[in-house]
Order: sequence, then C-alpha cells, then structure tokens
Amino acid sequence: MTAVPGLERLPVAKESRRTTGPGVRRVALHATIALLMIIWLLPTIGLFVNSFRSSADITASGWWTALFPPTRLTLDSYAKVLAQTNPDIGSGFINSLFITIPATIIPIFVAAFAAYAFSWMSFPFRNALFVAVVGLLVVPLQTTFIPILQAYGQFNIAGDFLTVWLAHTGYGLPFAIYLLRNFMGSLPREVFESAAIDGASPVTSFFRLALPMSVPAIAALAIFQFLFVWNDLLVALIYLGSVRPENLPMTVQMANLVNQFGAGWELLGPAAFLSMALPLAVFFALQRYFVRGITGGAVKG
Amino acid sequence: MHRDATGWRRLAALGAVAVLTAAACGTSNTGGGKSVTVIGTWAGDEQKAFLAMVKPWEDQTGNKVKYTGTRDINTVLAAGVGSGVLPDLAGLPGPGQMAEYAAAGALKPLDSVLDAATYKSETAKALVDLGTVDGKLTGVFIKAAVKGLIWYNPTVHDYSAAPPATWDDLNSQAAANKGSAAATWCLGLGSGAASGWPGTDWIEDIVLRQAGPQVYNDWWAGKVKWSSDQIKKAFQTYLDDVVAHIADPTAAVDPTKDFSLAGDPLFSNPPGCVVFHQASFITGLGAFKGKTAGTDYNFFPFPDIDPQFAGSVEGAGDLFGMFHDTDAAKSLMKYLVTAPAQDIWVKAGGALSANKNAKDYPDDISKRSADLLTNAKNFVFDASDLMPSAMNSAFWTAMLDVTKDPSKLDSVLASLDKTQASAYAQ
Amino acid sequence: MDPRLGTGAAVVIGIPAVIIGYIYGTELVLSRASERLRTRLRPWLWLLPALLFLFLFLVWPSILTILRSLQGRLAGNWVGIANYSWFISNNDALTAVRNNLLWVFFLTLITVGLGLIIAVLVDRVRYESVAKSVIFVPLAISMTAAGVIWRFMFEYQSAGHPQTGTLDGIVTFFGFKPISWLQIDTAAFNTILLIIVMAWMWTGFAMVILSAALKGISPELLEAARVDGATEWQVFRGIVFPLLTPTIAVVSTTMIITALKTFDIVYVMTGGNFGTDVVASLMYKQMSFGEFGRSSALAVVLLIAIVPVMALNINRFRAQEAIR
Repeated sequence: MTAVPGLERLPVAKESRRTTGPGVRRVALHATIALLMIIWLLPTIGLFVNSFRSSADITASGWWTALFPPTRLTLDSYAKVLAQTNPDIGSGFINSLFITIPATIIPIFVAAFAAYAFSWMSFPFRNALFVAVVGLLVVPLQTTFIPILQAYGQFNIAGDFLTVWLAHTGYGLPFAIYLLRNFMGSLPREVFESAAIDGASPVTSFFRLALPMSVPAIAALAIFQFLFVWNDLLVALIYLGSVRPENLPMTVQMANLVNQFGAGWELLGPAAFLSMALPLAVFFALQRYFVRGITGGAVKG
Repeated sequence: MHRDATGWRRLAALGAVAVLTAAACGTSNTGGGKSVTVIGTWAGDEQKAFLAMVKPWEDQTGNKVKYTGTRDINTVLAAGVGSGVLPDLAGLPGPGQMAEYAAAGALKPLDSVLDAATYKSETAKALVDLGTVDGKLTGVFIKAAVKGLIWYNPTVHDYSAAPPATWDDLNSQAAANKGSAAATWCLGLGSGAASGWPGTDWIEDIVLRQAGPQVYNDWWAGKVKWSSDQIKKAFQTYLDDVVAHIADPTAAVDPTKDFSLAGDPLFSNPPGCVVFHQASFITGLGAFKGKTAGTDYNFFPFPDIDPQFAGSVEGAGDLFGMFHDTDAAKSLMKYLVTAPAQDIWVKAGGALSANKNAKDYPDDISKRSADLLTNAKNFVFDASDLMPSAMNSAFWTAMLDVTKDPSKLDSVLASLDKTQASAYAQ
Repeated sequence: MDPRLGTGAAVVIGIPAVIIGYIYGTELVLSRASERLRTRLRPWLWLLPALLFLFLFLVWPSILTILRSLQGRLAGNWVGIANYSWFISNNDALTAVRNNLLWVFFLTLITVGLGLIIAVLVDRVRYESVAKSVIFVPLAISMTAAGVIWRFMFEYQSAGHPQTGTLDGIVTFFGFKPISWLQIDTAAFNTILLIIVMAWMWTGFAMVILSAALKGISPELLEAARVDGATEWQVFRGIVFPLLTPTIAVVSTTMIITALKTFDIVYVMTGGNFGTDVVASLMYKQMSFGEFGRSSALAVVLLIAIVPVMALNINRFRAQEAIR
C-alpha cells in the first residue's frame, strides 16, 4: 500500500532496499567524494605550499618539490603580511568587519519582507515585478558608481561607512529576494491558510511561521552576502577611498601588498589564506542551520 | 496585538536613534592638523617609499597624509571626476587622462602653487610640457624612469669598458660573446591586463633611433600610419634581430609569466641570455632585487641605429595632479617636487627622480640612469603612454600577436591602422 | 575600546529594529483602513523599502546607462545607435559574444550539475560538513587569490627548465613537452579553461543552495518510497529532483547571469588576450579608455541578453502558481 501518490507507477524492486547500504556501493560513494575533494583542494594546496616558500624558490621549482626534502619552508611571507603598517592589519580587519556585518544584516531584513510579499500576498503585476527584480542581477556595478557617488557627494556622506552599507544592500537585494522568495514560496500553503483562518495577521504569519521555516535559506543568504561583501574591493574603494582611506577594508590592504609592477606577488598567497579564515568560519558556523527537519517536513510539493 | 505594537514602536524609535548616531559617528575625525587625501598607483614597497617621502612634511606641518593605493586608478578617478567626489591629490594615469580631467574642470592649475620657475629649471623640458594644459601647469612628475636600457651580467662579459655604440655593433658583440648562453636576448611581455607593453618599449626605442624623433612624435600623435615604411621597418627589426634570437617565443608571450621575471635568466648558470632590454625600474624587480648593482648587473644605453638621430632618450614618469586646492594640499604639492623630498624616494631604490637636483642615488647604476635622463640631448616620453588609451591597448595586444607569430605582421599592422583611424577621431 | 564597536553594535541592532518597526508602523496605519484597502495596500508597503533600494542603486543608474549609450565619448554628444553599430561591426566584440555563449552554457551546466551531484552524495555521509567546506573554500577566496592559484596551475616554463605549474608538472612527468595552456585558442580551449576556473569557484555556491533545499525535503516522504521498494535512482528521479526543480531553476538563472557578468577571471588571467575576451571585460576596457558611450552600450547588451532568461522565469512562475 503506497503512502505516496505518484509512486504507484514505479516498478517495485525485488527486495526492499534502504539508503545506500554497506558494501561496494558505500565504498564507491566514499571514493567518489574523496576524489572530488582532492580535485577541488589541489589548486589551493599549491598556493598553500607556495605561501611558505621564498619568491626565489617559487619561480625556480614547482610547489610539489617542497613536499620532499630539502623543503626550505619559511614563515617569512606570513610575517611580512602581518607586519604591515599604515594601516596595520588589525585596523583593516576591523574595517572589514564593520563594513561586512551591517551590509549582511540589512539586506536580509529588507529582502525577507519583500520575499514574503512576493510569495504570499497577491497584487497586480506580481510576477512581472518579481522577474524585473531578478533581472537587476545583471546590472554591472561599474555603471552605478558615478550616479551613486554623485548623490553621496551631495548629501556629504562620501567616505562614511553608511555609503557602503547602503550600496551593498542595494546590490545584494536582487539575489536575496530571489533566493528567499523561492524558499518561502515553496512552503506549504496549508500552513498559512490555517493560520489565517485562526485569525493571525500577515505580520504574525511572517514572524511566527515564514521566518522560522526559512532559516536554511536565510543561513545560505547570510553566508553568501557576508562572503561577497568581505571579498569586495572595488565598491569600498570607490565610495570610501577618495575621502576616507582610513575606512578601507582588508581587501584593499591585501591588494596593495603588490606594487604597480607586480613586486611582492609572493605575499598574495599568505594574504589570501589569512583573509579567508573568517568567511570559512562563518560558513562552518551557519552550516548547522542546514539541518534536515527544520522545515518540519513542510516541503511536500 | 496592541501591546506588541507599542513595544515594537519603542524599539523602532530606539533603532532610529541608533542608526542616526551611527551615521553621525562615522563622520567623526581626529583633531589636530589637517589631512590631505592622496590616491596613487603605488603600492607595496612603492607605497612605503611614498609615505617615507611625505613624513618630513607631516612632521613639519603637523598635517596628515591619507594615502590610498590602487591598481584601479582609472575607474576610481573616472568615477571621481564624473561625480565630483575626489581626493585632494592624485597620481594621474597619464598625460591623456590629465588633459581630460583638466578639460572637465576637475584639476586645479599649479602655477601659483609651486614655484613654477624653479620647477621648470629643475625638470626636463619634455616633462614640463607634458604636464602643461592650455599653457597652465596642471601635472607634475614626481617619479621618473628611463626606458631602453640594455642590461647584462658583467661576470659573463663586461661591456662597461667599450659599450656597443651602434645597433649592428650590439648584435655582433652579443653574438660573439654568446658562449654557453641559451639565446642572445631575454624577452618577456606578460603583465596581466597590460601584457605586451614591454614589446611596445622595444618598437618605440627602434623607431626613435631608426626613423628619428620627428617621425616618433608624429607617430604617437596619429599622423604616421602603422603600416608606413618606417614603422613597419621598426617592427621588422624587432622581429629579425630580437624575436629570432630568444629562447622560447611561447614563454615570451605567456600570460602566466610576468615581465618582472623575464630578466632572471641573465643570472642563471649557464646564462639563459646575454642581454636584456628593460627600463630603469627593473632593478627593484625579480632577481635584480637581490643582486648587487654594478657587480651582478650593469647596463649600457640603447645604442644608435642611424647616427643622424643620436642623442635621444626615451623615458616615462608618474604624473601628479591636484583636485582640491586646500592650503594643506598646496603645501604638500609644493613639497613633493623639491629635491630633498625626491631624494628620500630615490634613496629607497628602484626609482628615478624627475628633479635634476636629486642626488641621493643609492648606487652607481641609478646615478648613471638618472644622468641619462638629465643630460639627454633630446628627451621624449614613452610614445604608447601618449597615445589614446584605445590605441595603447591595441598596441599591447599587437606586440603579443606579432611576437607569437611574426608572419602575421602585415595583418597586425593593418588592424592597428584601423584602430588608429577610430581612436584619434575624437 | 574602539568607539566603532559601540556604533557597530548600535547599527546591527538598530537597523533591523528600524525595519521591523516600519512594518509594525505600516500595520498600525493599515488598521485604520478598510479590509479591502488593507490587502491591496499591504504588499506595496512591504515591498517599499526593497523597491526604494533597488530603484536608487540599480534602476536609476541603469536608466542613465541606457541614455549614456546613445551618446558619444563626451557626455551630451548624442550619436543615436552609433555605439551599437560599432559593437556589431567589431570583430573583437563578436568573439566576445561567442565566448559569452560558451560561458553561459558551460558554467551553468558544470556548476549546477556538479553542485547537485555533490549535494546529493554528501548528504549520505557523516563527514558532510567537511566535504561541503572543501567544495566551498574556492568561493571564499578572493578573485585575486584565485588568479594566483590558477597561475600556479597553468604556469608554463620552457621545455628543459623545471616546471612550476601543476598541469605542466604532470604533463612533463609523463614525458611530454610542456604546454602553454592559456594561449591555446583553437576551439576556444583557453576560454573553456577559464570557465573551469570559474566553475571551480562557483560549484560550492550551487551546492550550498541545493543542499539547503535538499534538506527541506521531508524524510518521511523518502522513507515511504524506499519502504515501498523504490531504488535510490527512482527516489531521486521521482521525488527529489521534481521537488528541487524550482531551486535548480533559481541556481541556474543566477549562474547564467553570473556567467554573463564575469570579467574578473578573464581580466586577471589573460587580460582578454588570446581570444578570451567577454562582453563584460570589453566593457571594462572601454571604460578604462574613457569611452563611456561604448561601455554603456555594452552594458545595455548585457541587459538585453537576460531577457530570454527572464521570459523563461516568468513562464515557470505561472506554471508554479497553477499547481499551488
């Protein structure tokens, strides 16, 4: 007796089989995943090994030669990156945090309300407007700099952190709305209908139902928005650089390890790994929200 | 419900206050002394040198220099000029852009800011002229470089006693002294998005000495076609005498290999090449950086090709301009062009000064390069930097194409002509 | 203590409070209105902050861009469609368009396909977090660092010299001569290589989103199917994949648009040389030449290019609504 509609037409296997059981299939699964992981890590490992070598060694021989003696590994490059002054790496790091955290939180809130409206409220031109919002994803950022900077200049806020918070919110909204709307829209209609019958206002539905059930999507969004803002260089440079260079994030600092002719390129590797630590930590921390069952089996299709 | 709303309203009011405070707090500034914002392309060790250069001025005036380095200077300044949000001083990408910003009214004239007479007497005429727009001094050079130096390894063969005086002389001497070297010339054109520019320096040096300064100037001004006899002959000389004598053309144009390392084979054992053509700033890059000037490496200037055109030297420099004429900015600008300020930078190495009176060169090599600059009978600026950007970019790509496949010379020159027709049209 | 920490905390609490306060504020206002007016007005009030941001930061500049594309190098010099005819007649531009088509097709296929496969596979192992982090790491690396990483992969040294690039290290290990990978433009090989670099970075993106959606599928549903004797493949094809279709569409659309916008990887690795240019890197180059009319026209070309993608999305929504 099938409990699930739609499966009646599928042929029934000779014996009942659970999820991938022990044996060959399990080994194949692990082997495939291991292979993928190795392929994915290999390029990064190359940079990682090279970040412990001198520039002379890097240009003379491949990174894999440092895995065997003589390894000639050194922490010099890392030391140089950490020993920067004017600005020192600590203030660059704090600037990055100061720019990234609000620029992650604001779009999530603004997008959440908009996504809910797109999913569960009806109004004319809803689909067309939504598609237009998504279409804005393609707008190249460089085309927006001059008008926005001009507006900032006229309001005299150029160089303040507020400029990048607002800008990153604007730039990040199309994707945020797209992702959240997709998730909220796939939540079961019955849940909201029964809440409405019980007399709950849309606001209550939003805070008590939609938001908690959308936590995986919000976590994913937070990860990406944090990452994009953390790694951004150009937006911060344009809105902060001319007037308030002391507000510039770590990305600018890292890029400036290399002079205009490229000297100092061996420092880019260590800089990249130092800079990567925090976004990875954020990813790890928010991973636990990608847990099965958060939606309480809500998604039934 | 009503209770919720009141609670949220209070929170919202609190939030609004917090936001406004935050925005306001972002505006706070340190007290004591004014600040001057500067944007330039210098980063890494150049940034350190620049900051060391301005430190005495900061100590003296109590002001602060706030410097930002960026490779995206074109984008930043274009956005700045278009929006009106600009730093006080900036390194300008080149004379062409300087003229554009001046035309847009963004750059302030410097005649009243500096002691113009002193500046003009201390700086090569060509550099002064390049910084002048509509008769007003708009940009000053605070860093310079000499192009077209031929570098060699004295431990392999020492040319200092009798450097080749002519191009033919150079070719025969290099061939005679090749010994166990893999090839005569080292060549590397890779440089990220600007790949190909070392090749443009080659063509410019050849045109200057083979066809003469008049043709050279008409050429970058767009009045001489790329497919003309003189320019084509220069390309042919490059292909026949240089590209045909390098170890590996594929390596020369490869995008993963940076030009800064192209001269390293001079120092390997056996040497990868006998001679290497590059500007004076190569001494701070690649293997040159760790070596001793004079002992491990030395140079002689690009020899003459046609004796009637002897005495020309090609160079380049970093142009600097002022967007806001605040008192502090003016004071800094005035300081930057003085010889004592310039001495601080040149002492750090790898750079030459546009100021003839700068004396603190760290070694004999830099001093000789600087002398070439100051004593040049005829100093010309890098031609490709003077062309419109679209032409310049096409020139870079053309060098890659033609070095990789010399048989494509005619089609490459034809497409350069096409670009010339449209790039100079505005 | 750094004074900014205080402001930072204030902002992080304040701004969400402002937004929530706004929503409650609108409810207060709406409670005065009739029921009908309420349901008609509410969506727009909820959308207002987002629409405001979008208009100021994206729509308004785009309108200006469209207008700018009809002008020449100097603003105010109206040239009609001259910039567009330059685009169509320019050989480099046509190569860029061809490359963009390759980018759109292959980047989307690889990232979404691999992302889906990986999401499904790692769902079944205990070290799922570690595996997902490994695939995610490239996305966390900035574009500059990615350029350096892949430079070490593609680097070419002349034959007979010790190789420094991983791929050429492998090639020479097997006795072949080293290859200059990024110079090979036959069959757009180097463009495919650049696409692979980008896919290496963005598969993690597709994987994370698809994984989140995967977790949202009710376990009881899958268990019931398995108990009924369906094989893993049947479960995947019959239940998982159909339920993931909307998310696959979202990820695919995002990747298509990302592919259209890509220019950093091209710019950093080859500078657009050797036939690797794409429309966005052309646009950047024109901007650096000061040719804002032409760069705006190229931006408009990108805007036009997504219209088919948007049309597909509209159709999908209509179909989805019908089912819901």
